[in-house]
Amino acid sequence: MAAVTTTPRQKVGWGTANFVVVALALIPVLWMVSLSFKTPTAVLDPSFIPSQWTTGNYSGILQTSTFIRPLVNSIGIGLISTLISVVLASMAAYAVARLRFPGKAVLIGMSLLIAMFPLIALVTPLFNIERAIGLFNTWPGLIIPYVAFGLPLGIYTLSAFFREIPWELEKAAKIDGATPFQAFTKVIAPLAAPGMVTTAILVFLACWNDFIFAISFTSTIASRTAPASLAFLSGSSQFTVPTGPIAAAAVVITIPIIIFVLFFQRRIVAGLTSGAVKG
Amino acid sequence: MSSNTQTVTVGAPAEAPPGRKRQLSEGARAERRLGWMLCAPAVIVMIAVTGYPIGYAIWLSLQRYNLELPQDVKFIGLSNYAAVLSSPYWWQALKVTVVITVFSVAITLVLGMLLAMIMHRTLFGRGTVRTAALIPYGIVTVAAAYGWQYAWTPNEGYLSALFNSSAPLTSEYKAIAVIILAEIWKTTPFMGLLLLAGLSLVPEDLQKAAMVDGATGWQRFTKITLPLMKPAILVALLFRTLDSFRIFDNIFILTQGSNNTGSVSILAWDNLFNALNLGIGSAISILIFICVAIIAVLFIKGFGAAAPGTDIGRR
Repeated sequence: MAAVTTTPRQKVGWGTANFVVVALALIPVLWMVSLSFKTPTAVLDPSFIPSQWTTGNYSGILQTSTFIRPLVNSIGIGLISTLISVVLASMAAYAVARLRFPGKAVLIGMSLLIAMFPLIALVTPLFNIERAIGLFNTWPGLIIPYVAFGLPLGIYTLSAFFREIPWELEKAAKIDGATPFQAFTKVIAPLAAPGMVTTAILVFLACWNDFIFAISFTSTIASRTAPASLAFLSGSSQFTVPTGPIAAAAVVITIPIIIFVLFFQRRIVAGLTSGAVKG
Repeated sequence: MSSNTQTVTVGAPAEAPPGRKRQLSEGARAERRLGWMLCAPAVIVMIAVTGYPIGYAIWLSLQRYNLELPQDVKFIGLSNYAAVLSSPYWWQALKVTVVITVFSVAITLVLGMLLAMIMHRTLFGRGTVRTAALIPYGIVTVAAAYGWQYAWTPNEGYLSALFNSSAPLTSEYKAIAVIILAEIWKTTPFMGLLLLAGLSLVPEDLQKAAMVDGATGWQRFTKITLPLMKPAILVALLFRTLDSFRIFDNIFILTQGSNNTGSVSILAWDNLFNALNLGIGSAISILIFICVAIIAVLFIKGFGAAAPGTDIGRR
């Protein structure tokens, strides 16, 4: 449409705009990368590009359980929470998208309420409940709240995706002689998979990103997650500033996000906007 | 299991005798039961983790309950609320939260609109722009916050150096400005993507017709694009406002709430983990919950924002 009447001046204009957006998005990230490669002396020099390079910050944090254990916790807790959320949310979203039953509006309303919930309002009561029933500072102590907050996001995104699936195909497959199981695995599952992958990414990112629950319901590296562990990192000796190690740890926890974004850009965009704006 | 019941659902209309419309047919009843069964696990988890604790928080907020004095737990009615509402700390935190919310949401809306237009109209490198924009959205807030903190540390950070070795994080207003900047950087992409989805619903023909009639770019934007995008804008604003009101991570890393920069969430957290006062902490939590509810009702009833997801219910 617009491409027909593009003048060279317009091309330069859009090119500049694109460049500005990309630069603004990346500069703070590159600053973290730069810090993570600075030696303790170079940290005390505000230049954007390190004056002295080192990989010591990375080898330092990757050798201590102060960071490695939380990283493992983050991955484990994130994956388990995502799996449970997506399974439970798929069941509910299937019901919302395909079945007629009273209480559907209540379910949607409830998910909406929870999506808007101020997390801090739950920290105090959950802290006390978790201490009482022995969930404090354990994996399930974080997984359960993450699932609860992953569910609204999942139900939302998945019901938007499920509504788009041409379910008649299933009937057609059965008429053609497919068993119900074949109809499901060969026809419906491949159609539903993209939505479920998208949802899984969004839920995982939300769990990976959480800080407030992670610092409130954990007390040791037994269950502390990576974002919560940053504040506990120290320099190579107790007299050096922990700037380099913290920057390196921040870069490490950013890597999975960059990978997701690079490989699933389209899906993430579709997932983010599907629940909110579709009319 | 689901495939079995689908057969029932599909067969149901034919089985139901035409004369008994009032009574639910076997198929419809099976459909109901399946619907409830499929939703039950999700509903149980959501209620267990949110509904019950909120009830418990209301109960806690009516008690004198300090973890340092576990013997001295006593029902004291609304005294915790009176203590919070008459404390200057609550009002200062509320002021900071409102200032951060208003400024970050307003600026994010403008920048998000610009970003949406760039993503919508750009002729090349569309994928690159979207990928780059998603990085601030996806990045762990705490990781980014450390980046901002170091960038503004005098003699260490490039931004501080750029502004004559200033130390903005040590003064109230400048620190709040840095917090707002960090919020804007992180949330503009999300706003941009939501608005982009709204922008793509504006019909191209309408724009062309207005162009033929001699409307300027600005007129087309204010008379066509904006009115058509109103629903998308309101939903995006609602999301962002509620999200921004809950601000915690950025402040926790950037200032720890020092120099009067704490938000209401920071205040609640401090009362729980530093003062160990469950009663006061819960009262603050409930007050935050009420504030969020008021914002949501204002948006939905006042501005007529469609509650997100209502379309799902209607179908």
